Amino acid sequence: MSRAGHRHRDVAIISFAQLPPVARDAARDEAELVQPVVNQALAEAGLTRKDIGFTVSGSCDYLIGRPFSFVSALDGVAPWPPIAESHVEMDGAWALYEAWVRLQQGDVDTALVYAYGKSSLGDLPAILTTQLDPYYLAPLGIDGISLAALQARALLDSGRASERDLAAVAAARRGGDAAALLGAAYTVAPLRAHDCPTVADGACAVVLAAGDVARRSARKAWIRGIDHRVEPHQLGSRDLTCSPSTTTAAEHAGVASLGAIDVAELHAPFSHQELILRDALGLGASVSINPSGGALVANAMMVAGLARIGSAAARIHDGTARTAVAHATSGPCLQQNLVCALAAEVSP
Amino acid sequence: MDRDDGVLEAPYRLEYTYQRSTGPVIGRFLTGLRDGQLEGVRTAAGTVMVPPLEYDTQGAATGEAVKVGPAGTVTTWAWVTEPRREHPLTQPFAWALIKLDGADTAMLHAVDAGSIAAMRTGLRVTPRWRAARTGSIRDLECFIPADAASAAVADAAAAAPSVTLFPSPVRLDYTVTAGHHLSVYLRAMQDKRIVGGRCPSCTKVYLPPRGACPTCGVPAAETVDVADHGVVTTFCIIRIPFDAAPFPPPYVAVAVLLEGADLPIYHLVRGIEPEQARMGMRVKAVWVPDEQLGPTLASIKWFEPTGEPDADRAQIERHL
Repeated sequence: MSRAGHRHRDVAIISFAQLPPVARDAARDEAELVQPVVNQALAEAGLTRKDIGFTVSGSCDYLIGRPFSFVSALDGVAPWPPIAESHVEMDGAWALYEAWVRLQQGDVDTALVYAYGKSSLGDLPAILTTQLDPYYLAPLGIDGISLAALQARALLDSGRASERDLAAVAAARRGGDAAALLGAAYTVAPLRAHDCPTVADGACAVVLAAGDVARRSARKAWIRGIDHRVEPHQLGSRDLTCSPSTTTAAEHAGVASLGAIDVAELHAPFSHQELILRDALGLGASVSINPSGGALVANAMMVAGLARIGSAAARIHDGTARTAVAHATSGPCLQQNLVCALAAEVSP
Repeated sequence: MDRDDGVLEAPYRLEYTYQRSTGPVIGRFLTGLRDGQLEGVRTAAGTVMVPPLEYDTQGAATGEAVKVGPAGTVTTWAWVTEPRREHPLTQPFAWALIKLDGADTAMLHAVDAGSIAAMRTGLRVTPRWRAARTGSIRDLECFIPADAASAAVADAAAAAPSVTLFPSPVRLDYTVTAGHHLSVYLRAMQDKRIVGGRCPSCTKVYLPPRGACPTCGVPAAETVDVADHGVVTTFCIIRIPFDAAPFPPPYVAVAVLLEGADLPIYHLVRGIEPEQARMGMRVKAVWVPDEQLGPTLASIKWFEPTGEPDADRAQIERHL
């Protein structure tokens, strides 16, 4: 049920598969990254390609510098005879959103969503600069880590977090001792290497189902609501210390109606962003945050957001959680945010 | 180049030589920068936005230009110890969001503060202008701490037309990898061998081999040798000269179905008049001299007709 009272068609995540993220996977091309996760997700869902009504992917051609690499990746899905297919040049979480919207039409009951990213071929900071405002930001050549560092400083200045708090997030995700981490040199002050994501090559896939297919499925994490919101692209027009778009998306996704939240998978590539997101979602100490390790530990570009949703769903599938919140982000300094509310029980 | 994992790799540069049109609002700001002036724009709510945009965050059109600065206050900052090629300064510097005097929003730029110890939120800064200005955010070389400023005034600009267009090049450097299967294919070329990959499900032989059979959804992993001769499935005659053309036109490009393969490869045919090119023609690879062989399709110079009778159309129909 949405906030407006409009009844959505119930859709469940019925399987999730991902490659173990690695720093560099030179041997596999994009189709070979996609094929194993698609095959595994379909097998776990008990479906074949012929059973899938809609296929959609998220990726970014700039990562490997090859136009239409997302078309090459389709080889990994075996799209023959011709399939109904779509693509977003974004994290796969937004592809999942498109699939969820597609399933609302009611004429198909299943959707395959996948994402892949191969950052090891290019210069990721320079590639991320090309997504910025081409008039005022891109000509300065500011990179993603520098932008995150500006946000981190703003958060520190607000008094709501300290460098020790950032190190505590890093220690919780990566292991190690927060106090010892503070001895490391700055990468771009106030961020140290442990505050910045470990960039990876990877891929993941999710199968969504509605109607009888969902009800018959052995595993289901019901999407109780999903929404995404964007903030102004001009950094100086934003309060970088909070994430109002995450809060709004959570309201519209019906996170409040979940009751107690067992697990939250937050797409926070930088340690301070996890703190901002916890605040934005009002997550208390009882919530298990990023049990998967999160994007700080393995940031496969275009994959990490969808992997948060898949990882949260997997906790519901294995029975270790009844409710979960998954979050994905896109753009500099948490510019755009998606929130997905998941539960073991279908909407009341 | 060759890595120890056997995967071929090569440097690759992607460049776009775009120019961008500015529109009136951004154009006015960039014209101001060229002339050594800093201007914001007044929003419908009465605030002053810098740098200016056409619409405010509520979607209302912005209005009149408002002089701001030149000094301002740092609202947040980050310290770069190892500047990148694209960065505006080559020595360690700070990025900062700077709220210029008279503005309600902060703009991003660099601060040449000398050391991290000199930086703080709340620091007063003032611009250091470039001597030669073109109408770019980089006409501001950077900002500097205000107490260090001797002359923050830009040289007067000669009257010139408004900025409406500026160069906006993109340059990205990659090390592309061929992947395992394409590396096997390219490596065989230096031994005058042509290697395909067979799908275990449909038994189709892909050329070049690929890790995923696009019809069966399984790896097409079994490598098989295919012949260096085959049949032209289709062709075209190039009559227009262009920079990368291998020969002066006219010449013939073909799709060749090599014996043992199920997919054609694309190459050139020499040794016939272009008008004699035809579907079904049998051709054979002409390899470069042995000392020039390498892990590249260019190890085949071109194909030449064998002179044997043409293949039936039925033999190639499935491959068109």
